[in-house]
Amino acid sequence: MAISNTERSRRSAQGGGFSLQNEAVRAIFWQVLVLGIVALGIWYLVSNTIANLEARRIATGFGFLGREAGLPIGEAMIAYSPTDSYQRALIVGLLNTLKVAVVGIVLATILGTVIGIARLSKNWLLAKIASAYVEVIRNTPLLLQLFLWYTLLQGLPGPRQAMKLGEGVFLSNRGIKVPWPVWDDLHVWVVGALAAGIVGAWVYTRNANATQARTGKRPPVLLPNLGMMVALPIVVWLALGAPLVWDVPALRGFNFVGGATLTPEFAALTVGLVVYTAAFIAEIVRAGILAVPKGQWEAAQAVGLHNNRILNLVILPQALRVIIPPMTSQYLNVTKNSSLAVAIGYPDIVSVANTTLNQTGQAIEGIAIIMAAYLTVSLSISLFMNWYNKRIALVER
Amino acid sequence: MSVLRTLALGTALTVAGFGAAHAQAPASPIFDAVKARGTLVCGVNTGLAGFAQPDSQGVWRGLDVDACRAVAIAMFNDATKVRYVPLTAQQRFTAVQSGEVDMMPRNTTWTFQRDVQLGLDFVGTNFYDGQGFMVKKSLGVNSAKELNGATICVQPGTTTELNLTDYFRANNMRFTAVVIERQEEVNAAFFAGRCDSLTTDVSGLASTRASQGAQANDYVILPEVISKEPLAITVRQGDSKWSDLVRWTFFAMLEAEELGLTAANIDSMANSENPAIRRFLGATGDLGQMLGVDNRWAYNIIKTVGNFGESFERNITPLGLPRGVNNLWTKGGLMYSPPLR
Ligand SMILES: N[C@@H](CCC(=O)N[C@@H](CS)C(=O)NCC(=O)O)C(=O)O
Repeated sequence: MAISNTERSRRSAQGGGFSLQNEAVRAIFWQVLVLGIVALGIWYLVSNTIANLEARRIATGFGFLGREAGLPIGEAMIAYSPTDSYQRALIVGLLNTLKVAVVGIVLATILGTVIGIARLSKNWLLAKIASAYVEVIRNTPLLLQLFLWYTLLQGLPGPRQAMKLGEGVFLSNRGIKVPWPVWDDLHVWVVGALAAGIVGAWVYTRNANATQARTGKRPPVLLPNLGMMVALPIVVWLALGAPLVWDVPALRGFNFVGGATLTPEFAALTVGLVVYTAAFIAEIVRAGILAVPKGQWEAAQAVGLHNNRILNLVILPQALRVIIPPMTSQYLNVTKNSSLAVAIGYPDIVSVANTTLNQTGQAIEGIAIIMAAYLTVSLSISLFMNWYNKRIALVER
Repeated sequence: MSVLRTLALGTALTVAGFGAAHAQAPASPIFDAVKARGTLVCGVNTGLAGFAQPDSQGVWRGLDVDACRAVAIAMFNDATKVRYVPLTAQQRFTAVQSGEVDMMPRNTTWTFQRDVQLGLDFVGTNFYDGQGFMVKKSLGVNSAKELNGATICVQPGTTTELNLTDYFRANNMRFTAVVIERQEEVNAAFFAGRCDSLTTDVSGLASTRASQGAQANDYVILPEVISKEPLAITVRQGDSKWSDLVRWTFFAMLEAEELGLTAANIDSMANSENPAIRRFLGATGDLGQMLGVDNRWAYNIIKTVGNFGESFERNITPLGLPRGVNNLWTKGGLMYSPPLR
């Protein structure tokens, strides 16, 4: 063995093989060297951190996750009480982050698209208002805007003087209270019918597309799909005897009891993120539409298409390819900017994790949790958007 | 904000040589660093009248500020050699752990967990407090026991939020929390009516209420005190020369009050025959030298800052808070300095 090894290296040395003169060997050599140095560096930093933490008698490890949190959290999408563990508190925080991110992304996209298109409008006033919006919003700090929204919402009357917006709907500085249906086990069937309807509509639409491609005629799509997604669940619900009880908010003691609440913290954060991000999205949409050559409009007009159809069939599909990549980074921004929540008291993941690391003293673990959470959410958004981008690119003929 | 501080802590812990933790390190890294720097870096509140708040000239004033000034005098015989770093409740511990501040008198409750797990040392309690609730008078609430169903404003990263949940659980009551990090924002939310009640240490409530000026009378602090909050001065663990200095500087201010030494009369005591006073003034013994500072450190402190009672009267009394348990043990309070000898 030893001999053959020496033999081999001797031989390769002869052929200029095991020498830094050989390009392939050199490449590997440097890579191994760099990797080694990086690994050594990481090992040094990690062991150093552990030694320092020990010397300063700062607790380490993730054991605290199972301990009772004792933290008050203002709003939670899953059942939470202070007797629950830190782990559950962190999940509550993460869900709150996801909630504001999802709602924020959807609304910002809608508002941003409307404003972006408005900015291109032939109506002078509309275009000017849209561009003023973009300039003002883009150029003031988001945190300031959040404080502004939050302060505005706090200016509403107290619960005892709440404005009544409708039967059981109240607006006060405690948020908006609305009646909410009480869950009944029979509702499982309605939800099931809805899911079946969505799947059915999806299959039906695919078939319709195929038929259109084959025959050139598009079968009616809207009505059958609505039927499956809306009528079916309603029929199922009626067949079950229409089980529905509303939990209606009522003023009792300090506050409204019952119903569902849209808190001022969530509202201020969502409105703030939506208004802010929409300004950026508007510019992206505008740029995307402008990126489609004018000739495309003219050609489509020459074929005799209506303006709406041109936008839908010719312009948007091409514009989307320009729009999607920068849009992805706006979606990531919404998610990351939601961490300003702590300033206005919305219990997002950063707020809960910060409090956790403060109460347990385990700062490094706390930061690791925040980073892992954002990394997961951000990568998921990126992956989804990349997938969507590819899908759109394929539409090209 | 506090995430940045935490990252700074991570970096400090990561890159600080093994040395800092081991034998070849200087015996008192903080003490030596402060000496070499020529200024003391003191972590305080972001602004709580009576404890730490900049006045209209931007000069920090308060009971906690006096603790910083006293240590600066011990080190440099100059009460102005202090840089104040305002810290929110969330940021404070990482600021001490990472060495961003040398000491921190900041309404910080001495608890087991903080002492044992956070790499901190609590050197002395400069204010004995407890947690209370404040409400708008017009709400018509007279007792914390009537707060069932209330919305309550609270700062995160505090013992306050933990006591709050404990108290409501123990009394079988429910509440909704609004948790906001910065004191100005949480107070603003309360005064805007977002919450029915604001909860924190009673001293903090009194200070917040007093800063409302003419409107102060619209608010009441409910009688229940639901916890023990010994607010103590903290330093980073692992430098006993430094923690000794900070601890005995605080005790010196208590001892001076007990001995009847004040900023006004301390010069006239120079010829006192009382051995305790002679030791205090540095006329006999070498207490200052033992701490590694000027032998007249205690004299210098009292001459400039005054004794603990004077500091209390200057800073806390205007808030309308009685001396109460914060009086000397000889006057029925809890303030007690071990003998300076
Ligand atoms: N004593 C409690 C509460 C400390 C605390 O943060 N108190 C508030 C109100 S008294 C405060 O000092 N706020 C000032 C600030 O946030 O700068 C603790 O140590 O956790």
